[in-house]
Amino acid sequence: MATALTWVDATAHRPLLSTSNYMSSPASVIAVNAPSTDPTDPSQHRVSGMRRGWITALIVGAPLVLAGCNAYPSYGADPGATKQGSDTFKLYSGMMTTGIVIGGFVAVLILWTVVRYRRRSDEMPKQFHENLPIEILYTAVPVIIVGFLFFFTVLTENNVDATQPVNATVTSTGRPVVDITVTAFQWGWRFDYTGLNVGVVGETTNGPNNKGPQMVVPAGETIQITLVSNDTVHGFYLRDFNFSRYAQPGVTNIFDLNVLHTGTYDGQCTQFCGLYHSEMLFSIRSVTPSAFESWASAEVTAGHTLQGSPSGAGNIPPPNTRTTPANAGPSVASSATPKQKASA
Amino acid sequence: MTTTIERPEVITPEELGGPEGHHPDALHGDADHGHHEGPSGILNWLTSTDHKVIGKSYMITSLVTFFIAGIMAVVIRAQLLDPHTSLVSYQTYNELFTMHGSLMLYLFAGPFAFGGLANYIVPLQVGAPDMAFPRLNALSYWLYLGGVITMLSGFLVAGGAASFGWVSYAPLSNATNSPGAGADLWLMALALTGFSAIFTGVNLVATILYLRAPGMTMFRVPIFSWNMLVTAILILIAFPVLFAAVVMLFCDRHFGTHIFSVEGGGSPVLWQHLFWFFGHPEVYILALPYFGMVTDILPVFSRKPVFGYKGMVFATMSIAALSTGVWAHHMFTTGVVLLPFFSLLSYLIAVPTGIKFFNWIGTMWRGQLSFQSPMLFSIGFLLIFLVGGVTGVLLASPPVDFMTHDTYFVVAHFHNVLIGTAVFGGFAGFYFWYPKMFGRMLREGLGKLHFWFLFIGFWVTFMPQYLLGLHGMPRRVASYAPDTGWTTLNVISTLGTYVIGFSFLFFLINLMVSWRKPVPSGPNPWDGHGLEWFTSSPPPHHNYTHLPPIRSERPTWDYNHPEHRTVVHKPKGKKFAAPNKGDKETVGAPS
Repeated sequence: MATALTWVDATAHRPLLSTSNYMSSPASVIAVNAPSTDPTDPSQHRVSGMRRGWITALIVGAPLVLAGCNAYPSYGADPGATKQGSDTFKLYSGMMTTGIVIGGFVAVLILWTVVRYRRRSDEMPKQFHENLPIEILYTAVPVIIVGFLFFFTVLTENNVDATQPVNATVTSTGRPVVDITVTAFQWGWRFDYTGLNVGVVGETTNGPNNKGPQMVVPAGETIQITLVSNDTVHGFYLRDFNFSRYAQPGVTNIFDLNVLHTGTYDGQCTQFCGLYHSEMLFSIRSVTPSAFESWASAEVTAGHTLQGSPSGAGNIPPPNTRTTPANAGPSVASSATPKQKASA
Repeated sequence: MTTTIERPEVITPEELGGPEGHHPDALHGDADHGHHEGPSGILNWLTSTDHKVIGKSYMITSLVTFFIAGIMAVVIRAQLLDPHTSLVSYQTYNELFTMHGSLMLYLFAGPFAFGGLANYIVPLQVGAPDMAFPRLNALSYWLYLGGVITMLSGFLVAGGAASFGWVSYAPLSNATNSPGAGADLWLMALALTGFSAIFTGVNLVATILYLRAPGMTMFRVPIFSWNMLVTAILILIAFPVLFAAVVMLFCDRHFGTHIFSVEGGGSPVLWQHLFWFFGHPEVYILALPYFGMVTDILPVFSRKPVFGYKGMVFATMSIAALSTGVWAHHMFTTGVVLLPFFSLLSYLIAVPTGIKFFNWIGTMWRGQLSFQSPMLFSIGFLLIFLVGGVTGVLLASPPVDFMTHDTYFVVAHFHNVLIGTAVFGGFAGFYFWYPKMFGRMLREGLGKLHFWFLFIGFWVTFMPQYLLGLHGMPRRVASYAPDTGWTTLNVISTLGTYVIGFSFLFFLINLMVSWRKPVPSGPNPWDGHGLEWFTSSPPPHHNYTHLPPIRSERPTWDYNHPEHRTVVHKPKGKKFAAPNKGDKETVGAPS
């Protein structure tokens, strides 16, 4: 764990996955070698020279331009509201840059070939059908590229999957890691704070405007989620966390989340789980550690305990009993506060 | 098909009076209706064991399936036009996306390739008179048709069609959660089409291995037929597992076996393992035939041999081998699979796929490219499948999969792959071989309109879906909250779907025009390479009365362009030295 964390910190300001480090040289080798199949034709030499320069400029230039703007362009993703999520984001961003450069190179090559070699006469083209050095090159180079991608994948994966022992670890505020058991069911979520005797439950078949139950967590601390399912396979997913994990019957998944800032983050079931899958929403609200403590005690006072009614454990409706969707009133006894917009 | 079939004799250009004077039809006269005994008309269609009749039946059935599933896609997209659209109920929506996926994957993309085009073209390409087991071939088709009818009949029963997604995850698919008969019909349809696929697989393997014409060595078999051989082997690996899983699920539903339920000591995750052990090879069962079609088409319209023939063959084999070891990349978010192993193998598939891309480019390189419909669709395939391949590499990374799994990012990715292959590749093949199958041309203008509307409609539909996924929209949702900010992208995507739907009108008109006002194609309208272009269009009952010498993977081209013959196997003291440019023609009937 310690070494893995060091890697993240050390690379925070160093764009390890930026393509200019390792991508440009192999790719431009292809570009330089590819057109050299007919050395006898002098006119081809001039064209190849121009072509070579142009493609090389593109291959070297594109990642530089991209890297110049931002070491980790977002490409539509969220930079990650958790420590794990921002690691994932960096991997995604680096891989996307690599993919755009390689995919762009191949796409340009295809389009260029199509335009350059369009039929302009009835002259029969040279009937060549192989070029072993080039074939070996474009076998070997992708192996190296995916080797790099795999290397960074494993590093990131180790960070994302790392969990800390709940009882042995004390967070910076001197409290044990907050341990929450998340139970997914058709169609809703229950959040049980085992160490704090707090239980939050919500059904979500109340139309898409109901954001479902809310999990409150302390910002800046490690929280540990134990994810289980009461019936079918569900997906615990938060877009801002760049993370999802199945909740499955017969499987207990444990993972850590470190929410970096205070804010509210929307979540949703992503694994299709039956009729009201679309409405199986939830959210996570991250608050300061002190606010979290007062929230927890208020919940206990309000009776939202692990065994308490109506939102405690054991109050999950049995599967397949619900028949009416959106028009039913809120059956939620959630302690959710009014929604706020996520502030990453 | 009870009598033995005589091998066609090998002819040389000299015997025909040289390539200029050659016209296969001149040899066997009224080839279309040669020595074909038996009934005609509808009775012929019902009783035929001719691979060409069965191939056409397969193609028509799978195209009808494709259009039905396509209409479902339009309804699905219309539902998502804005957050509160309630065009259909949740239940109907769930049935629609389940059946859309099931029809497209099980009943269109696969059967169209291995039952339709491959059934018709592979025996022609390898110079065989029919498939190895013609009656088994007929059984395949009728099982398949039964499967299509069974699956669609789900809409007629109480409770509606299956509504658990095309992957049918346990325990959502058990008797408690999916009690209706629609689910059982879905399972039955899979069992039927599964056997149909297995029989076709057996047939293809036997045909390609044992019914090749004299001179057609394995390394002279066209890439399409090579890919069909590898696909058939993959079918034999994957489909029995699917059938086993389907039987187990059926027992769970009706006989209380609890194989996939926790309550009885079973494991829901086992279903995912079994399903994806079928499901990932299935992806390549759907892709490899279309790779093969494009690999056969690009050389013809570039007037060059395929670049890196052996590299293509080995790349196909590598893809197939790797595809049996990557199933758990569909299960990264289950948290119960060994991530790095499956991640590494998934990454490695990019290598042979990359080889194919560069070989495709190498084939066009310095060619004389002309852009008839088959070529346009092939280039469309290259560009669309490229994006699917790149996003596929991203998804091979478990952390990136965690962030995009079950979102529209994945939906966009696999549509990039599957529409790139099965639709663009498939229609490239259809436009390419239609003249061979029906002896008449499709209209180029309508074909080009079809291509451009489809091509533009594709990007408009699916590029927004990548963004939707990255913005957090899960797949298989029938509604979404208006404050999610997904509305605009959904509107664009839906409009793109309408353009795609519109494009197929040109296709249908094209078929109609070619039927009403046929333009005869002749045996070889594209100056084709493979053996199939040597015989008449459509071919006579047993395909060939005469064969050209086969000395490369493009015998018809070699025959028609003796001065530009492929020099594939360099003379190294091997048995059959390929003649070099300008050599005196030698009669070649290698045994």
